Amino acid sequence: MVAFGQFLEVLISGLLAGVLYSLVALGFVLIFKASGVFNFAQGAMVLLAGLALVRALDLMVAKGMPFWGAVIVGLVFAAAVMSLTAYLVERFVLGPLVNQDGLTLFMATIGVTFIIEGGAQMLFGAEVYPLPLFPTDAWFLFEKTFEGGILVSKIDVWGGMIAAVLVVGLALFFQRTKTGRALRAVADDHAAAQSVGISLDWIWFIVWLVAGLVALVAATVWGTKLGVQFSITFLALKALPVLIIGGFTSVPGAIVGGLIVGAGEKIAEAYLGPSIGGGIEYWFAYVLALAVLLARPQGLFGERIIERI
Amino acid sequence: MLKLTMALAAVAVGATAAAAPALAQQNEQFLPSLVYRTGPYAPNGIPFANGVADYWTLLNERDGGINGVKIVFEECETGYATDKGVECYERLKGKGPTGAGYFSPLSTGITFALTEKVPGDKIPLLTMGYGRSESRNGAVFPWNFVAVGSYWTAADVAVQHIAKELGGVDKLKGKKISLVYHDSPYGKEPIAALEERAKKNGFTFKAIPVTHPGVEQKSQWLSIRQDRPDYVLLWGWGVMNSTAVKEAAAVGYPRDKVIGVWWSGAEPDVTPAGEQSKGYKALMLQHGAGKFKVHADLDKFVISKNKTATKDDYAQVLYNRGLLNSMLGTEAIRTAMKKYGNKPMTGEQIRWGFENLNLTEARIKELGFEGMVSPIKLSCQDHQGADVARVQQWDGKEWKIISGYYKADLSILDPMVKDASAKYAAEKKITPRDCSKES
Amino acid sequence: MLYRETGQFKTSYAADMAIFPIRQDRIALYVLLAIAFIGIPVLDALQVWPFAGEYLLRAILIPFLILSLAAVGLNILTGYCGQLSLGSGAFMAVGAYSAYKFGTGVHLPLGLFDIAIPALPVLPSILLGGVMAAAVGILFGVPSLRIKGLYLAVATLAAQFFFDWVFIRVQWFTNYTSSGSVTAPELNFFGLIVNKPVERYLLCLIFVTVVALLAKNLVRGNIGRQWMAIRDMDIAAELMGIRPLYAKLTAFAISSFIMGIAGALWAFVYLGSWEPLAFNIDRSFQILFMVIIGGLGSILGSFLGAAFILVLPIMLDQVPHALGIPISVETVSLLVFVVTGALICWLLIVEPHGFARLWLTGKEKLRLWPYPY
Repeated sequence: MVAFGQFLEVLISGLLAGVLYSLVALGFVLIFKASGVFNFAQGAMVLLAGLALVRALDLMVAKGMPFWGAVIVGLVFAAAVMSLTAYLVERFVLGPLVNQDGLTLFMATIGVTFIIEGGAQMLFGAEVYPLPLFPTDAWFLFEKTFEGGILVSKIDVWGGMIAAVLVVGLALFFQRTKTGRALRAVADDHAAAQSVGISLDWIWFIVWLVAGLVALVAATVWGTKLGVQFSITFLALKALPVLIIGGFTSVPGAIVGGLIVGAGEKIAEAYLGPSIGGGIEYWFAYVLALAVLLARPQGLFGERIIERI
Repeated sequence: MLKLTMALAAVAVGATAAAAPALAQQNEQFLPSLVYRTGPYAPNGIPFANGVADYWTLLNERDGGINGVKIVFEECETGYATDKGVECYERLKGKGPTGAGYFSPLSTGITFALTEKVPGDKIPLLTMGYGRSESRNGAVFPWNFVAVGSYWTAADVAVQHIAKELGGVDKLKGKKISLVYHDSPYGKEPIAALEERAKKNGFTFKAIPVTHPGVEQKSQWLSIRQDRPDYVLLWGWGVMNSTAVKEAAAVGYPRDKVIGVWWSGAEPDVTPAGEQSKGYKALMLQHGAGKFKVHADLDKFVISKNKTATKDDYAQVLYNRGLLNSMLGTEAIRTAMKKYGNKPMTGEQIRWGFENLNLTEARIKELGFEGMVSPIKLSCQDHQGADVARVQQWDGKEWKIISGYYKADLSILDPMVKDASAKYAAEKKITPRDCSKES
Repeated sequence: MLYRETGQFKTSYAADMAIFPIRQDRIALYVLLAIAFIGIPVLDALQVWPFAGEYLLRAILIPFLILSLAAVGLNILTGYCGQLSLGSGAFMAVGAYSAYKFGTGVHLPLGLFDIAIPALPVLPSILLGGVMAAAVGILFGVPSLRIKGLYLAVATLAAQFFFDWVFIRVQWFTNYTSSGSVTAPELNFFGLIVNKPVERYLLCLIFVTVVALLAKNLVRGNIGRQWMAIRDMDIAAELMGIRPLYAKLTAFAISSFIMGIAGALWAFVYLGSWEPLAFNIDRSFQILFMVIIGGLGSILGSFLGAAFILVLPIMLDQVPHALGIPISVETVSLLVFVVTGALICWLLIVEPHGFARLWLTGKEKLRLWPYPY
């Protein structure tokens, strides 16, 4: 019974940790779906959003504003920063690169990563800034059934709920709004969308803005978990296996991918790790992704690649 | 576009050329500073770099340098990357009338790479509290100075503190101690010493690696929750430390049973976890945070004159460690000047200064470091000079010293130093020098 | 006028098939090699600026040569065969650690029979390091038969993170040192101990020259054409009778071999003592950058890209200090980030095909000069 309790605990915390990766992965998916750009800057955008939020928040608290008010000001300020970033990226980098191949666009987003990482630290500082938005302690469930109970981190549950709201919100946005439908049209076929009067510039700005806001949401959760600091950019590397398992173009795929990666890597670390020395979860997620790709080269939910000569 | 690139390159080359004659001042001691003020480890790198620079500025402002020789220093950003560190080293080593005085890279990786290079360039490497533990053996590592303490010292002292809390060394028997470590040479250094101790004192030792940079540690702490070790040692750096403290809180592991190394015991490591870090303990590289006599001079000559980059980190743990690092270095230069005269010293002369450095109680008091450090005496054979450390505890607002000085058990560590350095000497075909013949 | 091939008649098949069919190109190459092999060592011996001290050789030229070598390796895979890889760091690490093992002696007790190889000299160690990297490259190249494009790139990251872990966890690779950091053996080439910067530079230069010429030859031969056919459209290539298995895996093998040698040189010649962090994911990205900025599918481009990506940040870093502008190191290094990023974006916008294409355009212009057309 104890062993089963342990297994359940590892599984639950793995699934929840996976959802937190999905928060970062969602940003990748949105941009790839709409513009075919593999946006490596997503991790840097999380850092930028987090820094903008926490610095504005600290400033407002220092000026005597109540905490909830400061949080709102911080969120608004960070959203403004993200929309400015979206505009600049679209206007000066992606706009001029229309019709280039995927690799060039990918490289350009790495260039953008450098700019954002340097600029964000220059503007907002390079130290650690605590962001106490969510509770970080834990619940202990089923204490009667299992000795010591099953540990569930509150922040992970918050993250899961936020991810759920986000996915529902994104689904509504894509299905019900005019802009959302235009986005889907562009994702299906650039040229056809343009021919019916959809402005590509505008749509891409919107996509980057939405990805920026998703980054902001990810920053609130991860910033609480780690403190806002440069290391947050490494999350991009944790999100990549999630992305390939789910497929580059699927929003639900990002969530499912996150669940698989999170549960897989935690179970591997807990049960396989001790026998081969531990520290394996980093590469295990990638090997898991590789295995999925060998079975389905476009990811679980990705669009089938049809090739013609 | 090609033209512009060429023009940029030309400007850069020209500028480097123009700068060369500017350094022709004769009575100056050039000291390089390898720093990381950006990147993942910046929160820990910035305060240290500020402390290092501020002490040098203090000497210049208050005393006009070291015995009248002005200190000129230059920082180079490594970003904690080994190849950047090597580039910085090559860039700075030849500057000034006598070349770089000594290097302190504050990175285990860069230290390892530079250990191969300094014998050729004859520049000492001051790695206070980090780097190769076996480089204490000055006969094999003439240019490395792991002054004040090595990781093996730290590991041994940590076990001694645990024994004291338990109520005696014999109480260690049958206990469980786990080490959560940064999965790199830095984090792996203490394992040998802890295994040795586990064998001797009969406790169960378990090492749990955390992959760089350590943003995700859930599974490690869940395994600790299931394992219920009596104590957890933490060997992290940067974001890994605060994440570990938070995860310990999340799994309900008592923070006062977590003991960090001195690189896991500074303000950036505990503040992100807020209230949850209360009770967390860490070793001290002798000194702690807070203001001492030297800070009064710093206030007067450096801070009030606005000649510093320090802000919130003033008098914090890592800032003070920077001060101490510079103090040791400049005192070595002073010692060297006693033999070679009051002029800029070469790296080789400074090495002599390090090997004959004797910081007595009186001298430490004179320098304003009383209470921060206990007497240290280096020699040709012993490049560490001290085997003591204390323990501090975070009370939610500041670090409180909670123990006296522990002395590491040399009967365990000395044979280890001897073995490891002999292995290095054999691999590199180094004939250890005979210290009894050195003056 | 200066650069025209008019009047250079090819009278034999050999002349027609030469690596550099145009005389001016050959002259340029000879001049370049002369500068690299004779000019730079002479300048160094005379200690003329900017060769005063060892900085230029040790901190710029040696890493430049080694990373160019790695870039040539990756260019074969990504530029010629079209297989995107983010695992370069891993293949370099395999080269470095295998060379270290061969250089210090291999003892592998396998129960039934033991493998015991005494410590080999440095040159065979480095080459065997390349061979081991090639073997690993083939292994991790197998998924490329099914996975393509960006999916493949992320899949190669599996190799990257796996080897990061292997070399820190499996103590056998580091000869059981307590910290897991290893030190290169003495660089002894047939009794000649390579230690001075200029000797190390020449050593790297020899490796780079030989490999670059081999690579240049390879990509214009049968196998190179197969790679390019696969790159341009793999299904069409298959229909024409090119076996993707053979073509892709040879590309992985040869590219990993070169990267393995580069890794061994990086560890032995440049760093001297290293840990797996020296070959982490940043290194993989850095090399991919060099290849793309330099120009996919161009050996020359690999060198230009390596120079740009390696030297630009170092120079930018020194400009403010050299000009005496008083800004902090922190601001400078962040500015370097921003400026490098902006330059990369700008370069991609101006010329998405990299420096190699700029070079071609320049050549075209030179051919007509001074006439407009």
